[in-house]
Amino acid sequence: MKTVKVKIRVILALSLVVIAGVFYGCKPKDPLNSSSPIISGGSGVADEVYVAPGEKDDYYLFTSGGFSGQLGVYGLPSGRLIKQIPIFSQHAENGWGYSEETKPMLETSYGFVPWDDSHHPKLSQTDGKQDGRWLFINGNNTPRIARIDLKTYKTVEINEIPNSAGNHSSPYPTPNTEYVVAGTRFSVPIDETDVSIDSYKENFRGMLSYISVAEDGAMDVAFQILMPGYDYDLSHAGKGPSHGWSFFTTYNTEESNTMKEVNASQRDKDFLTAVNWKMAEELVAAGKYKTLETREYRSNRWDEATHSATSQVRKGTKVIDASEHPGLVYFMPCPKSPHGVDVNPTGEYIVASGKLAATLPVFKFSKIQEAIANKDYEGTVHGIPVLKYESVLAGEVEKPGLGPLHTEFDGKGYAYTSMFVSSEITKWKVETQEVVDRIPTYYSIGHLCIPGGDTREPVGDYVIALNKITKDRYLPTGPELTQSAQLINIAGDKMRMLLDFPTIGEPHYAQACKASLITDQQVKFYKIEENDHPYAAKGEKEAEVIRNGNEVHIKMTSVRSHFAPDNIEGIKVGDKVYWHITNLEQDWDVPHGFAVQGARNAELLIMPGETATLVWEPKEAGVVAFYCTDFCSALHQEMQGYVRVSPADSDVELSWSLNKAPATE
Amino acid sequence: MNYRLTFYLLLAGFVVLSCSSNNSNTGTATKQDQTNKEVPTESGKKSPDYAIKKVELNNPLDATMVEDGKGIAELKCTSCHSLEENRLVGPGWKGITTRRKPEWIMNMITNVDMMLAEDEEAQKLLEECLVRMPNQNISVADSRSILEFMRHNDGEN
Repeated sequence: MKTVKVKIRVILALSLVVIAGVFYGCKPKDPLNSSSPIISGGSGVADEVYVAPGEKDDYYLFTSGGFSGQLGVYGLPSGRLIKQIPIFSQHAENGWGYSEETKPMLETSYGFVPWDDSHHPKLSQTDGKQDGRWLFINGNNTPRIARIDLKTYKTVEINEIPNSAGNHSSPYPTPNTEYVVAGTRFSVPIDETDVSIDSYKENFRGMLSYISVAEDGAMDVAFQILMPGYDYDLSHAGKGPSHGWSFFTTYNTEESNTMKEVNASQRDKDFLTAVNWKMAEELVAAGKYKTLETREYRSNRWDEATHSATSQVRKGTKVIDASEHPGLVYFMPCPKSPHGVDVNPTGEYIVASGKLAATLPVFKFSKIQEAIANKDYEGTVHGIPVLKYESVLAGEVEKPGLGPLHTEFDGKGYAYTSMFVSSEITKWKVETQEVVDRIPTYYSIGHLCIPGGDTREPVGDYVIALNKITKDRYLPTGPELTQSAQLINIAGDKMRMLLDFPTIGEPHYAQACKASLITDQQVKFYKIEENDHPYAAKGEKEAEVIRNGNEVHIKMTSVRSHFAPDNIEGIKVGDKVYWHITNLEQDWDVPHGFAVQGARNAELLIMPGETATLVWEPKEAGVVAFYCTDFCSALHQEMQGYVRVSPADSDVELSWSLNKAPATE
Repeated sequence: MNYRLTFYLLLAGFVVLSCSSNNSNTGTATKQDQTNKEVPTESGKKSPDYAIKKVELNNPLDATMVEDGKGIAELKCTSCHSLEENRLVGPGWKGITTRRKPEWIMNMITNVDMMLAEDEEAQKLLEECLVRMPNQNISVADSRSILEFMRHNDGEN
């Protein structure tokens, strides 16, 4: 019996192999795919994503960290995680949000907010193309926009957005990064804020904020457009012929304030909103705005010279009421509860995905302009004209899949739309709206990303699926599973699945670009001569300990492999001790760490040439050890020191030393 | 005359160094196994292709260079090198200008990765000290000032 079973199994297995072989052999040869780097002898797909030891990836992929509040940086095609950039959340690993220098970055009008929900990374653009200068990302919960400098991969600015809630349709830059935007997904009462929730229709308003970006990257809330109390979900700026406009998907036109799952899904069509931001600029220049001073907000900036952030309080924004300025804002009917809105590379077509709709509408910018010129309105709501659907429509993609969410574009006239409910990507031709290919994704895809696929110049042969549900794709890790992305080749007619890779937090959206756009400008260390930190010790000669009442400042240096000073006495219980560590190294990849026992914050990771500060408030007398946490040399284990803490009333003199008899103050 | 010659040599040093700077920047981890670019010398023995080949010395010392060298050393060197004979992390500097050629000293300061990969004397020091001397990104001109300071430290005038 046993042998018979085994034989049957062998036969079955063999026939499966044969069948598989036949299928493989029958696979249509795709001439366009022949440019893919398939190395002979390998299993094609593996070779396409394999990056050999010592070799580097061709692309950077920046994924939002979702509820981690951070940003993941990956290499493609390998899918290897190469960095996690702390933005809105404290990051004990390098002291972000714990060190004295970084704490101001997380200040808000609500006080210190050490977390946010980061959604949409967006690379800066010049002339509608990726320029590799910065990456912007929104904080959804406590409305903020952050700017990351791609020379240092560091968050250098976080700007709070006042009069806003649920900062979701953000940051979506204009083609020359003139502005990044911030639209409210949750309308809120603006003037009088303590009102009954039942008074939603009367008191709640949406706000579309335009944040200017200066030549050096500095952000400022330039103006805000007051809108009806709808939910403004996602956005993209026009480009080419549509430059000067931006588009927002708009749902809950029912203006419901409860059980929105049902009550905000009543209408067959909600709106696509078109905003003429060039006109808004002119209105502001002509003084046609009201100043709204309901709420303070914060502008937090990093200074590379002092290696420190400052947080500024601001008050007052310039507000333009959309209903009072004809020509500024138009609504277009859009089926049903639209989510993503995406503009194709030519800037002529605008795709808005009705996430509960069976079709995918494609709007045409020239038809929108014509309808505006002809006043081709089907009516007016809250003083804003609604253009006729048929007048602005290029066509509808029929049966694209279930739950269309987001669209990106290749450079060959095709669009790729994610289908959340049917878990697939649908490829269709922009001009004809004809579906040409589909590929399943695992599982429940949200956003998707093509390198440059949101700009005038798509550059990659990949689409990255950013999936909401992971289920069984990886080894199980208890109830909480990793998040997941997938890499798909789009060089040929047929999309081909290449790779699964896990991501940090929920990867809402991502941006990818050629690595060469960024690699050449990398900062490798900070010049110690240019360090303007007020407590920098530029050389061991400047290392010292200064007492100022109960405040003690330790100016300490680190170099492979010792601290100066490394013996300190005369600290007392009740002192507030500031450890200012200057890393004297002047070479790439030589950070030093600093940790002191009992510190109730985190460690410091200090880059070469940088100064960073950790506060420590010892609660009891004794000798406490401190050490370097980042393995720096063969004598890293020796990189340690002692600090003596004496009772508050003790008369132990303040002294410090390195390798010699103690010096005194 | 000496000044002018020194200037030209420094300039030549700069050119040579900048041609090879790509290599020295791409990796700072231990690269002991990198290929030796050895060139045969007249005696037939192989020696590294030093970036700085000839240094013209000042006599008497240039006081400004001594002062500059002292400042750079205090910022970037004296954490690990004492001005006496005793070793801290690296060897003490007392007597270095009599133990080592000026070219060796300046190559060590400006191109430590190449020296540790190819120069036998530098490798011996690594075996003794066990901490790779850091590349402190010191320019050829600054290394020349440090050399002037070292000579001053060794009692020259």
